Amino acid sequence: MASDTPLPLPDRMARPAVASASRLPLRCGVGLKSGHLRQVLDTLPEAGFFEVHAENFMVAGGPLHHYLGRIREHYALSIHGMALSIGGDAPLDTDHLDRLRDLLDRYQPQQFSEHLAWSTHDGVFLNDLLPLPYNQHSLQQVCDHIDQAQSRLGRRLLLENPATYVEFDASTIDESDFICRIIERTGCALLLDVNNLHVNSVNHGRDARATLQQLPLHAVGEIHLAGFAQQRDAAGAPLLIDSHGAPVAPEVWDLYRFALSLTGPVPTLLERDNEVPPLEVLLAEARQADQLLHDAALVPSASPHAPLQGMAA
Amino acid sequence: MTVALDPTTRPTAPPAADMPIQTVFAQALRDADLPCPSGLRSWNGSDPTPRFAIYRNNIMVSLVDALAEQFPVTAELVGDTFFRAMARVFVQRQQPQSRLIAFVGAHFADFVASFPPASAVPYLADVVRLEMSRIHACHAADADTLTATAIGGAMHDPEQLAQLCFAWHPSVQLLSSPHAIFSLWAAHQGALDITQVDPDTAQHVLVFRDALDVQVLQISAGAWAFLTGLQAREPLAQVAAAATDADPQFDLAGTIALLLRHPLVTRMETLP
Repeated sequence: MASDTPLPLPDRMARPAVASASRLPLRCGVGLKSGHLRQVLDTLPEAGFFEVHAENFMVAGGPLHHYLGRIREHYALSIHGMALSIGGDAPLDTDHLDRLRDLLDRYQPQQFSEHLAWSTHDGVFLNDLLPLPYNQHSLQQVCDHIDQAQSRLGRRLLLENPATYVEFDASTIDESDFICRIIERTGCALLLDVNNLHVNSVNHGRDARATLQQLPLHAVGEIHLAGFAQQRDAAGAPLLIDSHGAPVAPEVWDLYRFALSLTGPVPTLLERDNEVPPLEVLLAEARQADQLLHDAALVPSASPHAPLQGMAA
Repeated sequence: MTVALDPTTRPTAPPAADMPIQTVFAQALRDADLPCPSGLRSWNGSDPTPRFAIYRNNIMVSLVDALAEQFPVTAELVGDTFFRAMARVFVQRQQPQSRLIAFVGAHFADFVASFPPASAVPYLADVVRLEMSRIHACHAADADTLTATAIGGAMHDPEQLAQLCFAWHPSVQLLSSPHAIFSLWAAHQGALDITQVDPDTAQHVLVFRDALDVQVLQISAGAWAFLTGLQAREPLAQVAAAATDADPQFDLAGTIALLLRHPLVTRMETLP
């Protein structure tokens, strides 16, 4: 599936144009790791775009901003928040929102995304994306938090479907319905993580393709691809961990291909946060996704993907 | 009161029926002795305990990994096993408040200083302090610094010299330790032979960022006193006298040469 020859993508432009475009290109980007910053700036490799974790760049100055500022001049950028705790019971941390706003002002990324999860409680940062029950109460809470964030940040955000390991007795709405209602009520977009979708289908005994079709695919603004690790639950059933520490699995490539058949080409990100290989290896894996995006562009999708409007600030 | 046990009720639930689920969840994440929260379920009816344990493990491993990456010299000095065990206790006790992973070890040195199993390595906490000061220096705000010519020019007028005050680049950090923290750190960079280091020698260190790179320089006790005084915005003549009191070998010219050679000073002014 991998192709080493450059793809004749219709929207391929000179990089500075991509950097200043209002939307991410319909290509595969990769997560930008701090260990790759210098190499990216020195070699300006072929990549659809880069995505960074917001919190890693919430520092005053120094090399991180030096490199990201210069890399931004050459590439489109997505900023991905990890710690806003949109699914938390507690009010959003307005200092954190202000730090996000400063970062978005500084880098003018084409997209900003966050998670349907929580990560702080009682002021303690728990450094993981934690699950929440899906019911009327949590729906209201999440929608209020997204309204507040979109209004404070002055832009539409993308919300990522989570990978979870438990479900709650208190849930009364299924996950895809919960996400549909959030998107309907807040106008935010969907960051469709197909690895999370696969992980959840195994962890909760669901049909991934059926779940995918229940999601609000018209609102997909980005797709995430990543690798998982496998354990067993107490009954010996497989339990997948969203580890971001391995190449994308064949089942996830299949689900991605299926997703593209429904949405048409969508900016896609290859995530890798653990056991990070050399940049060249990540970029080669991203080219596999580029090939699928290229193929998807040639076939009319089952439900044409309406380009998102108003994504930029 | 007797409660009829429903066969699906697991006896692991803490007595917290009216507590919000996130509170129960967070408490059980932070305290490994607490049972898996009630109110969780799995599609196949299996005990959710190992599923919940994934969250506990993710949090602990991600924070311990971050500390191991940020404090490599400390980890080398005590070995990975001891370091990780110590970092786990730190994470459990400290409950990090910062959402920024770069600063998760901001209070690690104080913890190490009071961690009894580390008392056999009395210099360890100060090595942690040195490594943390490098992190602060790396991420400190950018600021333009004065050229050697500008500094030299301002120091030219003997009338004003005594009353000169300095503003430092935000990355500048000064450390003083009864232990050989510079040599221990330098040995782990391959710059010194660790077997030649006497850890019980007092050492003083200047940490700052030069362009994109963090620099770590060993300085004398007098230079440390002098630069610390200047950092507190005390005038030059006063800090030079204090430095000579602290260290009769204090080399004023040599220390001023440091200010000219490295990007440390952002502003100079004369006290009225």
